[in-house]
This record gives sequence, C-alpha cells and structure tokens, in this order.
Amino acid sequence: MSAPVVTPENSASMPVQPAASSNVIVREKEAIRSWKAPISFAVFAALATVLFWILGKDGTSNFRLSTDTDLIQINSVDLPALATGIVISLALILITALSFWLSLQKRPTPIWIVAIYGVLFMVGFLTWAGVGESILVPGLLLGALGLSIPLIFGAMGGIISERVGVVNVAIEGQLLAGAFVSALVASVTGSAYVGLVAAMAAGMLVSFVLATFSIKYLVDQVIVGVVLNVLVLGLTSFLYSSVLTQHSSELNSPPRFDFIPIPLLSEIPILGPVLFRQTIIVYLMYIIVAVVAYALVKTKWGLRLRSVGEHPQAADTVGINVYMTRFWNVSLAGAIAGIGGAYFTLGSVGSFQKDMTAGAGFIALAAVIFGRWDPIRALLAALLFGFATNLQSVLAIIGSPVPSEFMLMLPYIVTIIAVAGFVGKVRGPAASGKPYIKG
Amino acid sequence: MKLELRGITKRFGALTANDHIDLVVQPGEIHALLGENGAGKSTLMNVLYGLYQADEGQILLDDVVQYFSGPGDAMLAGIGMVHQHFMLIPVFTVAENVMLGHESTTFGGRLNLAAARDKVRTISARFGFDVDPDALVGDLPVGIQQRVEIIKALSLDAQVLIFDEPTAVLTPQETDELMAIMRQLRDAGTAIVFITHKLREVREVADKITVIRLGAVVGEADPTATNEELATLMVGREVELTVFKAPAQPGAASFVVKDLTVLDAHGHRVVNNVSFEVHAGEILCIAGVQGNGQTELAEAIMGLEPHTQGIIELNGESLRGRSVRHILDEGVGYVPEDRSHDGLVGSFTIAENLMLDRANGAPFVKVGNLQLKYLSEFATETSEEFDIRSQGILSKASELSGGNQQKVVLARELSRKLTFFLAAQPTRGIDVGSIEFVHKRIVATRDAGVPVIVVSTELDEVTALADRIAVMYRGGIVGIVPGDTPRQVLGLMMAGEVPAEVVA
Repeated sequence: MSAPVVTPENSASMPVQPAASSNVIVREKEAIRSWKAPISFAVFAALATVLFWILGKDGTSNFRLSTDTDLIQINSVDLPALATGIVISLALILITALSFWLSLQKRPTPIWIVAIYGVLFMVGFLTWAGVGESILVPGLLLGALGLSIPLIFGAMGGIISERVGVVNVAIEGQLLAGAFVSALVASVTGSAYVGLVAAMAAGMLVSFVLATFSIKYLVDQVIVGVVLNVLVLGLTSFLYSSVLTQHSSELNSPPRFDFIPIPLLSEIPILGPVLFRQTIIVYLMYIIVAVVAYALVKTKWGLRLRSVGEHPQAADTVGINVYMTRFWNVSLAGAIAGIGGAYFTLGSVGSFQKDMTAGAGFIALAAVIFGRWDPIRALLAALLFGFATNLQSVLAIIGSPVPSEFMLMLPYIVTIIAVAGFVGKVRGPAASGKPYIKG
Repeated sequence: MKLELRGITKRFGALTANDHIDLVVQPGEIHALLGENGAGKSTLMNVLYGLYQADEGQILLDDVVQYFSGPGDAMLAGIGMVHQHFMLIPVFTVAENVMLGHESTTFGGRLNLAAARDKVRTISARFGFDVDPDALVGDLPVGIQQRVEIIKALSLDAQVLIFDEPTAVLTPQETDELMAIMRQLRDAGTAIVFITHKLREVREVADKITVIRLGAVVGEADPTATNEELATLMVGREVELTVFKAPAQPGAASFVVKDLTVLDAHGHRVVNNVSFEVHAGEILCIAGVQGNGQTELAEAIMGLEPHTQGIIELNGESLRGRSVRHILDEGVGYVPEDRSHDGLVGSFTIAENLMLDRANGAPFVKVGNLQLKYLSEFATETSEEFDIRSQGILSKASELSGGNQQKVVLARELSRKLTFFLAAQPTRGIDVGSIEFVHKRIVATRDAGVPVIVVSTELDEVTALADRIAVMYRGGIVGIVPGDTPRQVLGLMMAGEVPAEVVA
C-alpha cells in the first residue's frame, strides 16, 4: 500500500499546468437537465390546443395595423379563427417537442425560441378571443407601453438601489408618493413640470427614510421597505379622502402633459404612433434607460456604485465612502421612481386616486429580477408585464370568452411564470440587502 | 519610507486587541510580524491602514505624525496593503479593480480603461507578472488574484507594503514566487510588513522579526532563530512541534471511494472521477490548495452533496445517496471545515452541542424527552477528557476560543463508536496548544483501528499526520503518495504536476 498510486484518468489526461499562469480556469462543465422550459411550453401548448382548436370557433378576426391619422396606411388583416388556431397549436406543439429534445440533450432552450413561442401564442390567443371583432394593433401596443412606463421607472430605481447594495422593496411607496405629490403640486402651481420635480422630491423623501434606516441603523431592508409602502399608502389615502376630495378642483386637477409627436419618427408604420407620439415623461424614460444602461458600465459613477454593491469592504479599502455612495444612490433611485409616480397623474389618469399604483411597484421589482439587474433586460421585462396588463383590459372591452376575473390575474400569472419558469437561478449583486458594518 | 508605530492601543469593549505596540520598519527591509491567530496582528495593520482608529498611540511616516481617517488617507500617504481576504471585486476585470477609487476619466465621465490597462501592463512587466488586464478577477487562480492586489497597491506608488497572511491560499511554489517578489520590492527600497503565523516563511524571507502575543509585543528575533525558539516566543511556553506517531498498522481497506464525481448547482464537476481507499488504522491526508474540490469531496462522503455519481463504500456497505442520519448511524465521525458554521450551534451550550447529532434516541432522548441528567454527566466527563476549557458545560459554544470550540466538535464525534473518521481542516485557526491536542487525538483514533481521512491545506499538518497523501487539484486526485514524500514533490503536485517519480 505504500507504493505510489496514480489514478489512471489523471496520469493520462491531467495537463501539466504551471501554477503561475493567467489562463482562465474553465472547469469541465456538466449540464444539469432543466425541465422548466419544456414543461411550461407543454402546459401552454395543451391550453392552445384545447382553446384554439378543440373549442375553436368559426369566423374571422380582424387586425388593424394603422390608425386613421397615419400617413402610411396599411391594410387590415383578416385571420380565419379556426384555421389559425390549428396552425398555431401545431406550431406550439412542435416547439414544445423541440424544447423537450433540447433538454434531453442537456441543452438549454434559447431565449429566441421562448420569444417566438410567446408571440405565436399571443397571435393565436388574440385570434381566438377576438372572433368577429376588430383589434387595433397600434392601440394595443400603445396601451401596453402606457402601462409599462411606471414599471420601467420603478425598475430603474430598483436596479440602481439594488446594485449599490440596498434592496428596494419601497418602489411601490415611491411611485405612490410621486403620484400624490405631483397631482397636488401641479394643481396648486398650475404647471405639470413643477409637479414632475415635486414627484422626484417625494420619491427621494421615501428613499431618505429607507436609506437612513437600512444604512445607518442597519434595520432589515425588506422590512423597512414593506413598512414604507404601507405608510405611504395610508398617508396618501387619508389625505386624499380628507383633503383632496373636498377641494378636488383646486388640489386634484393637475394639468396634464401634452403629446409631442416627433416629426418623421412618428410616421413609422405601427411603431411610430406608439413610440413617438408621446408625452415628455415617456421621452424622459427613453433617456433615463439609455443613460443608466450606459453609465452603470462605462462611467466612474457606475464602477463605484457596482463595487459598493458587490464588495463594500473592497470599495472601502480603496477610499470609497460606502455609506455616502449608498445613501445618495438610493436617493437617486427614489427620484427616478418618483417620475414613474408622476406618470400616473400627469401622464395618464389626470388626477390622483386612492391606491392608484395598485401593486405596480411590486411588478417593477419582479421586472428587476426578471431583467437580472440589467437596465435593458428590465425594460423588456417591464414591457412584457405592461402588455399582459393591457391585454386584459382590451379583451374585457371586446368581450372575451374568458371570465374577466381570470383576465385580471393575467399580469400576475405572466409575472410568476416569467420569474419562476424562465429566470432560473440568477446572481444578483453580491452585497445587496446586506448592511455594511465597517471593520 | 520609514514606518514607525508608537504605543498603538486598540480596544474592542473589554478586549484589548493591541496593547501599546511599538514597531519600526526601515525602507528596504522585510519586517515579519509573527503571532498566533487572534494575537492582534491584523487589528494592528487595520489601524495602520486607517480601517480602525487607534485609541492611543501614533503612526509616523519618515518621522512625521500621520492622521488617517480612512484607508484613502493611508493610501495617499503611501501605504499599500495586500489583504488576507482579497479586496477584489470578482465580477470586475483586473483593470477595473486596479483603477477603482482612483479612476481617470475622459469626456463625460467615461472611464479611461485604456490608461488603467497600460498601468497594469507596466507594473506587470516590471515584476514579470503575467496578468491580463481584461480578465475577470473571479476567473483567475488565487495566486494571480494576489498579484492583482499587489499591482493595485503599487499603482498608487506605495512605499510601505503590508502583506496580511499572504501565503494562506498559495501553493508552496506560489509562496516561493511571492517571496521572490517581496525581496525584489525590498531591494527597490519598499518597506515591507509581513504578517504570518508560519515559522518557516518568516525565517526564509524576513530581515527582522517581531513577535506578538495576546495583543502585546513579546520579543524580537533574528531570522537565524530556530523554529522552536520562535514557537516558544509565539505561544509563551514550550511546544512540541512534531507529532509523535508510531508506524501505521494498516488493516483491511474498509473505506472505498471509486469513480466519485460531484457536480455543483451549476453543473461544474467540482470533484472529478476520484478513486481511493483507506485502510483500517491508517491516516489518508487529502492535500491541496483550498478550492480544489476537497470541501465537496468531504461533503459528498457525508451525504451533503445532491449531485454525486460513483461509489462510496464503508465496510462493503454503500453510503452514496444515503441520508446523513444513515451515514452517521453507520459510525462515521465528521469534523466539518467551518466549525462555527457547520460544526456547532453557537447559541447552544457546550452540553447541547455535545449531543447535537444524537438527538434522535437513547441514551440522550427517551420518549421525546431530553435526559438532562445523563446529558450533564456525559458533558462533564467528556469536557474533562477533551480538556475543553470553559466556565462550565452550560456556557455557550460561541463564547469559547477557536481551539476549545474545535475540541467540542472533536469530543462529540470521537465519543461515539466510530467505524470511520473524517476531519476537514481540523486545526484551522486554532492555537498551537490545541493543535497539539487535536493531532494527538487523531493519531489515537487511527491507533484504535479506525480508517481516518484528514483534509488539510496546511502542508505542515499533512506531513505530520499522514500515512499516505492524496493530492487534489481542480477536482481530481493528482496522485497518492507515501506520507514521507518530500514537500517539494507535494508542492508540485498541488499545482497539478505529476513528478516523474510518482508516476513510476
């Protein structure tokens, strides 16, 4: 037994590797089969087969692709409901089979297949639900974008806050505070712009509380966030019913932002009216998403912010003030979420209503995670959630065969499936949620 | 630059971590700060680096008193630190890590990465480092990560460099390379503070040695001092550095691992097709640098890893895929590598910790009730036998020193009838006195005819205990060699090379 033993696989294949090499270690990787994607696909393919094919109805669905004011008019499309349903069901079954085969090969299902699947299912669903009706596609998308705006602002606030190391559950509270204060200030001053600035201040104020308690007093960040949400909801509801409703013409009738069509761009078929006939808040959203996406990676601000969220002690040892970096960036996150709040009152509804955010902050939080803490991905996630919400209201209007109570669940079901089924295990900022204690 | 510390005192509540410490480090000198874990070396250096504020005392650079309110000030004054736990951000590139905190920017606040890359390349070239500025730090081996730390310090023109336990994570070869780098820096005029508890390294590289015990300077020594002299200074009494052990009397190969593969949650093969056997009455040491699959191998044996393939057998009975309870009932004793996390419940008493893995039945539990009388007798007896020093068996485990905590874990595992014993990093972070004790008990277990596996990253421990040594590298076993294999050969194997004499 004292004889030297070398296990055969090592003596044969172990490369002689000097200790000091900067080669990137790539460990041999064995894929672990994941059945999440194929199972999710199978459920929806079965649903599609039953609804669009077996329970399919004769008739046609009409899709209108242009609004009446567009320069370039595209003819509307008529789809025969049953035939479309059969074709789409078969396509979905095929994709499901492909996904099962990929999983058997221990390969993941690529994201573009998921996207194609989603679009196909959506077309099938709309064709089935809209039999004998006419669906205005730009309108559908416009509504989706409108519902996404607060989610996107909220998600940007969430990303900045989480990447600097503070879990931001208070997005809901920031949105609601922004909505309330902007309505009030804009009504009093008569200027939507002043209202917008006030909304940012309101969101920031909520952030100050979150930041102070979680950074200075080391209170659990999730608990502070939840408590703040409840606080803001209670406070705005009280002030709404005791003050705003009594003087609604002076205090709750803010001017709304005008739509500013951008020349040329707004004439692009289908997408033009959706993206470029919008209010200043929407254009501001484009700018903020682009700036955040760029600055997080490419600037000193972003580098420091991420270092504090990943490894605060390392940041501290190179002279970065962890507390201040966290405090001001959480505040910035609140200000951005506040703009999202202002959109409710100054961009869409036109007045403050009790609990008018209705959980948008939590969906924004889901978008942050679904988007893997990346601004562009989070933007897409927020658009998906916004689309699901809008679909529900559009179908309610055209008289969908599905009971409206079920349709109300749609955005949340999409959220759950998106986060649980397709995100899988993701790695957030390493120090997110962990208070930094010096030394 | 000359560094001088005068009467540095740092207290944490009632504990005095540093008690009026004086230290002078000349430029062009490697000054070793030697002391046991918990002696206060790291606290002292954190004071020097501005992470802690001293309660008393002064820091002088070239005879000028300094006031550091944070690490930023210390860095500006020319002090650089290579931390024990690297202060690097794994998801950043080398260049980003080096520039962090001192970013140069171009138009619109855009990071000037090109300048940072140049800086990395220039410094790398000066010291012959082979570091790619665009590699993600998390993908680099620890030896290279440490060089990034050094580059980071040098990029700010540090004149005083502190190395805090720099060799803990390195292979012997990497350690040699690091020492060459330290000498090179010294010859360039840098003042170097080298913190360690490893005697061998101190004698090899230091120009001067200051020994710290319990927060105070207890003496100075020359690099010519013997290991025994240094150890006696460090511990405060005579210590036995070698483990006395009779030749092994190996019996049947009762513990067998064959073609064992462990996958982590991401599907990485963290243990790759490993085979070995352990005979009754012998110690097999599993050596290797931290992070080469030893942890996962030990956890797989204990049934703590969900994705395993292959064979694990004890006395002909398969253990793979069985529950931890079943494995314990088979008579497997286990000392986990992180005692405060996996080995103990800190808020439980010593007595409760001693029965932690036997809470499922007699004699500790009858009809669902704890047998407190039996437990207290058992705990008192075992505490005496294992020399657990405490206020009593009802004191909390978290209040004990590292060495005494480890004795509690050891006592729990060894007070059962064992058929196999697995100890992972059994002496990590404990004092020299406790190390002696733990080693003796492990050898005694072997002599009782139990097959023993000791997983250790400390080469000293491996050579002291092992009858045979299996060296792991990147999840595989490089080779299994006799216990008296020279350190040089083991060092090469720890870096993945198979020396000719081993293959033969």
